[in-house]
Amino acid sequence: MTTIEAPRSTGRNKQRSNFEMYSWLFMRISGIVLIFLVLGHLLIMNILDGGVQRINFAFVAGRWASPFWQVWDLAMLWLAMLHGGNGLRTIINDYAERDMTRFWLKSLLYVSVIFIVALGTLVIFTFDPNLG
Amino acid sequence: MTAAVVVPETPVLIAQDVTFRIARFLPDVDSEVHWEDFVVPMYPTDRVLDALSKIKGDLDGTLSFRRSCGHGICGSDAMRINGRNRLACKTLVKDLDSSKPITVEAIKGLPLEKDLIVDMEPFFAAYRQVLPFLIPDGHEPSRERLQSAEDRAIFDDGTKCILCACCTTSCPVYWTDGQYFGPAAIVAAHRFIFDSRDSGAEQRLEILNDREGVWRCRTTFNCTDACPRGIEITKAIQEVKRALIFRRV
Repeated sequence: MTTIEAPRSTGRNKQRSNFEMYSWLFMRISGIVLIFLVLGHLLIMNILDGGVQRINFAFVAGRWASPFWQVWDLAMLWLAMLHGGNGLRTIINDYAERDMTRFWLKSLLYVSVIFIVALGTLVIFTFDPNLG
Repeated sequence: MTAAVVVPETPVLIAQDVTFRIARFLPDVDSEVHWEDFVVPMYPTDRVLDALSKIKGDLDGTLSFRRSCGHGICGSDAMRINGRNRLACKTLVKDLDSSKPITVEAIKGLPLEKDLIVDMEPFFAAYRQVLPFLIPDGHEPSRERLQSAEDRAIFDDGTKCILCACCTTSCPVYWTDGQYFGPAAIVAAHRFIFDSRDSGAEQRLEILNDREGVWRCRTTFNCTDACPRGIEITKAIQEVKRALIFRRV
């Protein structure tokens, strides 16, 4: 009886990981949530009563006195940064052909994402309305 | 009463000179690809493959391209015609704008060997990786493995694939990352994952869950547009993604 050899692997990454699946799912879910968060934000900040003219320090201080707006802005910051960061990560994977280019572009991306998320979170939680 | 004899007017086909601009690469002579123009008299109903045969037979015998059946079944003559991946044997001159030169290039993303011939090995390597064969379980049945028409309909589309590589080599992700399995391999996996007689679905899903698996797909629909067999390739890829998320086939 002849046996047919199993197909030979060309040495792809054999690690079992669901990372790419979760990142794909995250993009879909965060995208839907962001539509509401961002459109709501734009509406409140730029269009509803008085629009962009009424925004000043007191307006921001008043909004961030409420935990609801803190959570809203925090969610928007985190989701937008992770959604955008993950999108750029896949674009780098798609278009950067050399391993070193890929590595440096991604390092720059991760550092800036972490920096902006940390800075934004810090501001939302340590905001002092009495500064003005 | 005289019966009027209606003679159907036979359309007169006139051969016209058509310019074919072909991407040439002779590995012994050239360091890179260059374009060469050939003017060939063609009938509107002629195929691009006929033009290539005429050029090779009458004008320049060094022109190299693959062809086998010439009838859209073997999948040998996939090439980029006017910037789109098609089979030269299924593309008629009348369907192209012959007032301008018709460009013919090798398919992209696979190593170019000569003129319109590429090395198909990376394409078939990805195909072999997804285990494109029936993996049954249990005892071998004493009669054929029966399947209902409904169960067959689920994966019927994928069985039309002729492995011409039109889809995989139209995929922008495959162009920059040859590690990506590519649409054709995913269609081959889909064909068995959703086959009720097969029990290797879990294995294949695990293979396609890889970094270079279905999640690299950007849903650009290039593959679906390119397929000369009209397979809904992007839909098949999405179905594999859904099966992975819900782990249910």
